[in-house]
Amino acid sequence: MRKGIVKLGLSVASSMKDLAPILIVVAVFQLGVLQQPLPNLVETAIGVLLVLLGLTFFINGLELGLFPVGESIAHAFARKGSVPWLLLFAFALGFGTTVAEPALIAVADEAASIASEAGVIAMTDAAREGYAGGLRLTVALSVGVAIVIGVFRIIKGWRLDLMIMGGYLLVVIMTALAPREIIGIAYDSGGVTTSTITVPLVTALGVGLASSLKGRNPMLDGFGLIAFASLTPMIFVMAYGMVF
Amino acid sequence: MALIVELLYTLVVTLRDVLPIAVIIFGFQFLVIRKPVPNLRRVAIGFIYVLVGLSLFLVGLEKALFPLGRVMAEQLTRPSFIQAGAVMEQQFHWLNYYWVYGFAFAIGFSTTIAEPSLMAVAIKANEVSAGAIGVWGLRIAVALGVAVGITLGAYRIVVGDPIHYYIIAGYVVVIAQTRFAPKMIVPLAYDSGGVTTSTVTVPLVAALGFGLSETVPDRNPLIDGFGLIAFASLFPIIAVMAYAQLAEFMNRRAAN
Repeated sequence: MRKGIVKLGLSVASSMKDLAPILIVVAVFQLGVLQQPLPNLVETAIGVLLVLLGLTFFINGLELGLFPVGESIAHAFARKGSVPWLLLFAFALGFGTTVAEPALIAVADEAASIASEAGVIAMTDAAREGYAGGLRLTVALSVGVAIVIGVFRIIKGWRLDLMIMGGYLLVVIMTALAPREIIGIAYDSGGVTTSTITVPLVTALGVGLASSLKGRNPMLDGFGLIAFASLTPMIFVMAYGMVF
Repeated sequence: MALIVELLYTLVVTLRDVLPIAVIIFGFQFLVIRKPVPNLRRVAIGFIYVLVGLSLFLVGLEKALFPLGRVMAEQLTRPSFIQAGAVMEQQFHWLNYYWVYGFAFAIGFSTTIAEPSLMAVAIKANEVSAGAIGVWGLRIAVALGVAVGITLGAYRIVVGDPIHYYIIAGYVVVIAQTRFAPKMIVPLAYDSGGVTTSTVTVPLVAALGFGLSETVPDRNPLIDGFGLIAFASLFPIIAVMAYAQLAEFMNRRAAN
């Protein structure tokens, strides 16, 4: 019991270190630069306390739940030796975690209003909804494809840097061809697709896979899944902008 | 009371986000792998911790930091504030926005340090590299990358350059560094681009971009407001490789 409390105290203290920079920045700019008082001090203090607690729980849950699950699934698939099932799992994980991602929903709605203002689609709610829904599916599809490519790369041991450079080349080519309005959103959609729960799972999957396959190095081959997942949405969204 | 309702509501929303993931994992586990999950109890507790932790985290941010951050971004980009501190005679000189750049740098750095998904990747990288990659070293490198990226992105909105020139130039730097950086760091560096921008960074950075593109003359928030996140996911790649190159250089110098 005592040990547990000490451990909890230690992890709250380390969460405090994670949070300190934001608090300092906000305080310095608010008091020093804008020269205004801090509003709602009580509410802010409660909020900070919740963030501290939340971060502590999250990090502990990571080590207890998400990491072990990602790794044990990777090991199980490696032992089973069934590549099609593994790839299907990879696709489902990428697609399923992205399609409901709140950040993506926000970006897709924003993109729809841009498109209707630019006259690409009609100025009706139905047209906007259709466009936003299509965009969400496109991005989710692209992340699914990304995880499949990434997992296949780990199995085959292909070089990550060459593949990423090929992806960059595609982005550059698509940028030249895509309508100007979609470019900013396309570039941003690469960053918003990977959520807080997806990242630990996918990382554990990649590292687990690389460490249970012969001749693969977890450091060299295990990472890189997230990199694909933030590259393909750019290409797919620009393609979507060209089709519409 | 309102706080409890908000907490429960966020918990339900988070649960809805986690549900598809849980269904996929346990579905495959039972139907394809057909073996029980090892340490099921521990794993279940872990999932509950993640769920509760993320909900508390989001409610806390929404209570404490986001409203303040949004208002600050708005106030710092306001023309009256920019004019009051103007250092250049011309009405709209990019240098007059120095506090905006300062804020962009500081907020980019500090929110990245608090980003939970980056912590996850840093913990994993530390474990896999047997301690060679420090958790804090990686996090600080990534945070510096985001800080520089967002500052440059803010500058781009102020001057109004097309975004793709910057991103393509960034790609060229990444490709050049890939050739010379230690091989071990390259995959991790590529990954760190995607993990930097999630729960904490995106809302604040989006507010900054939107405020800036609304108040700088001749900018369209719908077109110019986007793009900061793209900067924030490119520059960490450069920063992490630079960190590894620097570490290697120091080691070689110490060896000689």
